[in-house]
Amino acid sequence: MYSNLWLIPFFPLVGAIFNGLFGKKIKNEAAIGGIATGLMFLSFLVATQNLFKLIGDTEKVHELVMASWINVGNFQLNWEFLLDPLSAVMIMVVTGVGTLIHLYSIGYMHGEEGYYRFFSYMNLFAFAMLMLVLGGNALVMFIGWEGVGLCSYLLIGYYYEKKSASTAANKAFIVNRVGDFGFLCGLLTLFWALADKGVWTLNFVKIAESGHLLESGGLLITVVTLCFFLGATGKSAQIPLFTWLPDAMEGPTPVSALIHAATMVTAGVYMIARMNGLFAMAPATMMTIAIVGGLTAFFAATIGLAQNDIKRVLAYSTVSQLGYMFLAMGVGAFSAGIFHLMTHAFFKACLFLGSGSVIHGLHHAYHHAHLHDDPQDMRNMGGLRKKMPITFITFLVSTIAISGIPLFSGFFSKDEILWWSFGSTRGHWMLWVLGAAAAGMTAFYMFRLVFMTFFGEQKTAARAKDHIPESPFTITIPLMVLGFFAVVGGYIGVPKILGGVNRFDAFLAPVFEQAQHLNEIHAHGTHATEYTLMAISVAIAIVGIFTAWVMYIKNPELPGQFVAKFASAHKVIFNKWYIDELYDFLFVNPCKKIGTFLWRGIDVKIVDGVVNGCAWVVKGIGTGLRYTQSGYLYNYAVAMVIGAVVIVGYFIF
Amino acid sequence: MITVNHYMLLSAILFSIGTFGVLTRKNAIVIFMCIEVMLNSVNLTFIAVSRHVGNMDGQIFVFFVMTVAAAEAAVGLALMIAFFRNSDSIDVDDFNMLKW
Repeated sequence: MYSNLWLIPFFPLVGAIFNGLFGKKIKNEAAIGGIATGLMFLSFLVATQNLFKLIGDTEKVHELVMASWINVGNFQLNWEFLLDPLSAVMIMVVTGVGTLIHLYSIGYMHGEEGYYRFFSYMNLFAFAMLMLVLGGNALVMFIGWEGVGLCSYLLIGYYYEKKSASTAANKAFIVNRVGDFGFLCGLLTLFWALADKGVWTLNFVKIAESGHLLESGGLLITVVTLCFFLGATGKSAQIPLFTWLPDAMEGPTPVSALIHAATMVTAGVYMIARMNGLFAMAPATMMTIAIVGGLTAFFAATIGLAQNDIKRVLAYSTVSQLGYMFLAMGVGAFSAGIFHLMTHAFFKACLFLGSGSVIHGLHHAYHHAHLHDDPQDMRNMGGLRKKMPITFITFLVSTIAISGIPLFSGFFSKDEILWWSFGSTRGHWMLWVLGAAAAGMTAFYMFRLVFMTFFGEQKTAARAKDHIPESPFTITIPLMVLGFFAVVGGYIGVPKILGGVNRFDAFLAPVFEQAQHLNEIHAHGTHATEYTLMAISVAIAIVGIFTAWVMYIKNPELPGQFVAKFASAHKVIFNKWYIDELYDFLFVNPCKKIGTFLWRGIDVKIVDGVVNGCAWVVKGIGTGLRYTQSGYLYNYAVAMVIGAVVIVGYFIF
Repeated sequence: MITVNHYMLLSAILFSIGTFGVLTRKNAIVIFMCIEVMLNSVNLTFIAVSRHVGNMDGQIFVFFVMTVAAAEAAVGLALMIAFFRNSDSIDVDDFNMLKW
């Protein structure tokens, strides 16, 4: 019935292999980009077909076994795919947004060296991500998990001849490794714990069925889920492992949009949702997740307030929004978290692609004017709304969506999360305060970005400013589609108190309701409270926007005065709370010192010493013995005779 | 009456003369001849003892020794000619290139 599920990851894999092997010879950009995009689109079509089949189906969980993988004793592991409402949502996001970003890349990457390499990696990424979300057991998921990490590394380091890009790629990979270690620890502990109870499995469906064998709220399940959560913090850039994501902006902008905003960084959220049964049984872990998510949402938003690089603002915004998703997971609002994941994929991809369009335009203008200004610095922008009308409108729409203004998609998802963080049995009003404060700051810094970029005077260098073009169609079409979804994407999940039926929640219910029911996770409170909270969060967002308007449109000197007045506070958030410096001090430098010690102390002195010592001893013996080789025949003859006499003597006496 | 002891003594004397010659003489051809003396002293022992114990094995072995000695003489002389062409000498003191 769902036997064509394997085609979904298969198509991008074909594209990756094809472009990887033959792209260099083809050289034709339209062919390379067309193949990659076309295969993504085919994958999208298959995903859509499966989604509709699933919607019409009463049975919501389907497994497709492709082949046997590991078969040892009681333990059997297959290459298997799992289609349920959760993975259906994810494949739609990955293939849908993925196709649009591939299309965008055709125009954006035009003329780049290694064009085929880019598309090959992008397709490989899509393959790995689809394996991650479709994987029917934890090990297949882990393959995807590692695969997306690899592709992220390759694509951040796409401009590998640039030192900062290769460093950022290493940073992303190494920080992710810490998280992956946690994931693996969680996986093996879970396997061991379940095997102890007689269930030998890594299959998600079976894990969900036999989760109740473990003691609810016990130490074991807490350890397992905390390990998994550590894995999620690495992949999804949460405190304490979020530092790699802002640096990952060294990659080309479509990469930032696809991998570091819409899909890969949400893998951690997906993983927690996938194992919701286990997480729901560990209240301590849930609380940790909620607190970490809330704090990440808050602190990343504060950093976003003071950045000047357009992509960095968006990067911190992504970290902050991911924090929201984790907050949702932590308070048990699984479907709200996934809902936000989806709406975020639309508007954040649109924002990143919009920023890419701006950068593309400015780059073009600077190139035309032979200038070397930074095309990503917002202080060089301003007044672009007339130059790039399509980019402007889609960007504005997405900004409104992310700010949580009613009727746009971000409002519905964000508000549901805030409501749950307040009213859930696992929630707390302080979590709501963190979330609401972050929402206000989000509205502020996002509109600051819009005002600095698209409004006001043009601050672009005079020679370049008349040469800023609107981007070509391959760039603007994805923007328009994503902008459209950023507006309407929320309407599939209109909450009940606003007169909707929340189809999204109902669709995902088969995955989550059992865990929520068993562990008594639900949001409670009166309609009045819910309306009040909604009104407050909207009011906060509007205050944020208004403040941005006052500071960056009405009174452009205000930010400067503000910074002068709170110089120390500004310095701290401008320098990202010195987190990177702190990590350098705590982890990186000690590691380097240990490395240097092992190199100079252990390797050079002891290991090399032993090897060189052997050589010296042999050399010394050789030097001594070579004097016995005189080269005179009678010396050898004497030695032979003496030897013969000694041997004969030995045998005789 | 000449007993096997006399043969053995003669053989020992010849062998010692040969050894002494190998160790003391400088001329490669003389050394070569000394080696032949040593080989033939051994042949003498073989034949004498073979005859004494009534077993033909020793006598057969002598044929082998003679054959090998002939081959060795051929190779050795060839080496010496080659060396002589190189250094106009067959003095073994000049044969000292194979050293450190």
